[in-house]
Amino acid sequence: MIDKKIIREHNLTIEEYEKIVQLIGREPNITELGIFSLMWSEHCGYKSSKIHLKRLPVKGKGVIQGPGENAGVIDIGDGLAAVFKIESHNHPSFIEPYQGAATGIGGILRDIFTMGARPIALLDSLRFGPLSSPKNRSIMEGVVSGISGYGNSIGIPTVGGEIYFNNCYSLNPLVNVFALGIAEKDKIFYARAEGRGNPVLYVGAKTGRDGIHGATMASAEFGQDLEKKRPNVQVGDPFKEKLLMEACLEIMAQDLIVGIQDMGAAGLTCSTSEMAAKSKSGIEIDLDLVPQREEGMTPYEIMLSESQERMLLVAKKEKVEEVRKIFSKWDLDAVVIGHVTEGKNLRVKSGGKIVVDLPVEAIVNLCPVYNRESKTPSYLESANRLELPSLPKNFNQAFLKLLSSPTIGNKEWVYRQYDHMVQVNTALLPGADASLLRLKNQKKALAITLDGNSLYSYLNPRTGGKIAVAEACRNLACLGARPMGVTNCLNFGNPEKPEIMWQFKESIKGIAEACKIFNIPVTGGNVSFYNDTEGVSIYPTPVLGVVGIVEDVRKAISPGFKEQGNAVILLGENKEELGASEYLKCLFNMEKGFPPQIDLRKERRIQEFCLDAISNGLLESAHDVSEGGLAVCLAECSFLGEQKIGFKLDLQDEMRLDSLLFGETQSRIVVASKKQNMPRLIELARKRRVKATILGETGGERMVVSHLKQKIIDIPVSEAHRAWRETMPEIFRMK
Amino acid sequence: MKFGVVIFPGSNCDYDTLYILKEVLKQKTVILWHKEHNLKNVDCVILPGGFSYGDYLRSGAIAKFSPLMQEVKEFALKGGFVLGICNGFQVLLELGLLPGAMLRNKNLKFLCQFVRIRVENEKSPFSQKTRKGQVLKIPIAHFDGNYFAPPETLQELKKNNQVVFRYCDSDGQLSEEANVNGSVESIAGLLNKEGNIMGMMPHPERASELLLGSEDGRDIFESVIDYFES
Repeated sequence: MIDKKIIREHNLTIEEYEKIVQLIGREPNITELGIFSLMWSEHCGYKSSKIHLKRLPVKGKGVIQGPGENAGVIDIGDGLAAVFKIESHNHPSFIEPYQGAATGIGGILRDIFTMGARPIALLDSLRFGPLSSPKNRSIMEGVVSGISGYGNSIGIPTVGGEIYFNNCYSLNPLVNVFALGIAEKDKIFYARAEGRGNPVLYVGAKTGRDGIHGATMASAEFGQDLEKKRPNVQVGDPFKEKLLMEACLEIMAQDLIVGIQDMGAAGLTCSTSEMAAKSKSGIEIDLDLVPQREEGMTPYEIMLSESQERMLLVAKKEKVEEVRKIFSKWDLDAVVIGHVTEGKNLRVKSGGKIVVDLPVEAIVNLCPVYNRESKTPSYLESANRLELPSLPKNFNQAFLKLLSSPTIGNKEWVYRQYDHMVQVNTALLPGADASLLRLKNQKKALAITLDGNSLYSYLNPRTGGKIAVAEACRNLACLGARPMGVTNCLNFGNPEKPEIMWQFKESIKGIAEACKIFNIPVTGGNVSFYNDTEGVSIYPTPVLGVVGIVEDVRKAISPGFKEQGNAVILLGENKEELGASEYLKCLFNMEKGFPPQIDLRKERRIQEFCLDAISNGLLESAHDVSEGGLAVCLAECSFLGEQKIGFKLDLQDEMRLDSLLFGETQSRIVVASKKQNMPRLIELARKRRVKATILGETGGERMVVSHLKQKIIDIPVSEAHRAWRETMPEIFRMK
Repeated sequence: MKFGVVIFPGSNCDYDTLYILKEVLKQKTVILWHKEHNLKNVDCVILPGGFSYGDYLRSGAIAKFSPLMQEVKEFALKGGFVLGICNGFQVLLELGLLPGAMLRNKNLKFLCQFVRIRVENEKSPFSQKTRKGQVLKIPIAHFDGNYFAPPETLQELKKNNQVVFRYCDSDGQLSEEANVNGSVESIAGLLNKEGNIMGMMPHPERASELLLGSEDGRDIFESVIDYFES
């Protein structure tokens, strides 16, 4: 008998239950309740976010598929399309870091190849608690191993990403994974269940009891009972997924199917109902036919299982044998478990009886939509109040300390564990501003970056949202890539708390505004709410993934200084802004103030100028200023070049020197150019109303920064490089 | 000449190798599916990198039972040319066509990075385009690339000039630091006694285009191509 306790255990409110009864005209049985609990969960139903996501601009030239499908699709010319998306796998990664991260990779890859695209790259955006704590180190090691283990095995390169550390993520680490694939633009596959009588096939791994209620776990805060949630984490097998991927791509190359959907969150439940809903048809399956790897599974368990590496497809009636043959070549199960029906219900049989009979609309489209209360947070006023600390006595020391902060320090320890070269497309190694993937047999290349500074969002979510978009586009501009489309992963706390809802709405407003000014459509994404534990929320963490195109890969440039005697030029203006900086956090443990201002139009102008300068061959390198400010940007220009060339610069701005060196003022790019190209560069900047200041030149083995001819930073490149390079290895040598 | 790239379930670098041979080096190259008993008259068989059979049991352990391996073994024993790259090298070790075994990297982590290797034997068909002592910049990507062989085997290898490449620094010097995975005597690639089979852990197909960071890998493919052309 379904009582209040059971309803609550299924993470549904009494009102939601009553709505279900009203929609289906009776009380649901336990399996049907399980179905609603998954499909009406925050994770699957987007109850708290749907209304606000409507603000995001989704139309744009080149959009073949926007939000609503497994991934977004953008036309990249020459008959090809880029298929990409970002997803979160946060809650599972806290419970079981390796498998949580691994299955996150598995899930996002299926979202890509289910559309008919061969995945060619992965990126990840990670957040952990401070690494001074062994528990956080252990979570990070598990997550990195999981991503590595799965991505490497399936042969898709993890080419980039970002990692940040903050107290708020200790009990709520974030694992956002992005994947991109290439498809022929006229051969995109959708989740459709069309054609009455067409067979529905289950393909891939057998179903077990793993991951049951994974989706509902992701839709609630963590409490004291974390260990018990371990069986909720799915277990991945990348080898199985490799076979599945090859088999799927093979059947897709041969016009054998009508529709295909991966079984991810909410497994069979989600795939059957969503495919039917999208086609406005019905679907009937027989659970006795579902390949199972455990005995005695109930209909509830089979429908809710989140066992990995499974797909659901609707084949053309006369093509079933051919489909089976291809899956058999790859040693995978491919079983007809049902068919498309007329009518609009999801009907499930088991043991000869009908155990589920629900209108598909009710499950998928009539999930409640909430416009939750929002309220300006009480922390904000005092958080925005910043009392600047005194200037450091020794800027060299402050600089070295910043270079060895985990957020800024070299991440080779991480990305060496990822095969970032498989598929021979990686034109730029990890560590640069963005990833660059060449397209074989073509001049074009795709650039990708993930960005999202959560401290900015905490201190002003609207600005944080704007900057996330602006910075991602700026990173692409530094390579010479023009942004084409955005996917976003919005990680927030409990939306039932008005202050969190306020953060969410404000972030969306900022993202929407920036996307409009940069003229880039949002093609899809993911919302992860309930990232709280015992009432403590994460900072609002919108992560933006932007994909861009470089028309001629030979013209793309990289951030490192290339040769001695180049002019070093700063595009943009320095301002006195220390708020929300890594400098204040790292040296003074202060997370206060306002994030830097952002003028989106000015930012766009500077990016356009950078793109122009690159395509005219005027720049040897370009690198944007972000965490750590100008000083860290310059140091990175030195470290990222093959020869680690030093520099000698003089800054003239009259302002606090800590702000000049380490403030995170936006819309700034440090470029290097050959001296003979400088006049043309300066002239072009003048015409485009972009401030371009000559700071000095590259050369030597020291990093020397003067202010009005007085040296403020003067250290050997090797010393700075060592501090930066040893950050991660030293941390992980600690026991 | 004709190359054949074997595909096992779980091979990942098969199409990479095919691309380099066919599109970059313009060589006749075919796919060899592991389930078919057909070598399609190729002159050189390549066992590519990847995670054949998910690296279950041991890397390369299950691949040796694939149907086609029967033909590959016969082909190799008759003097046919076989190049095993990374997982391919592991398969050759499991097949017993090359001596020794692969252990986990000394730092117990997967390693993907450019390394330098030094040519120790410039006379083999796989290296004849290089000079002795030449330093090649080629990347590795493996978890189990720590080559091991017992002392007697090592003696044999050195006596017969079977070591082709050793990990080194950019100046061509051997060191513990340069030997990132801990292989015995920094061995990165070796031949069988007859010299027609080579296994190497680094990926030459990933260093065949300047755009991707190095062209030094081409020397290995071009050595075999030249050998056949003459």
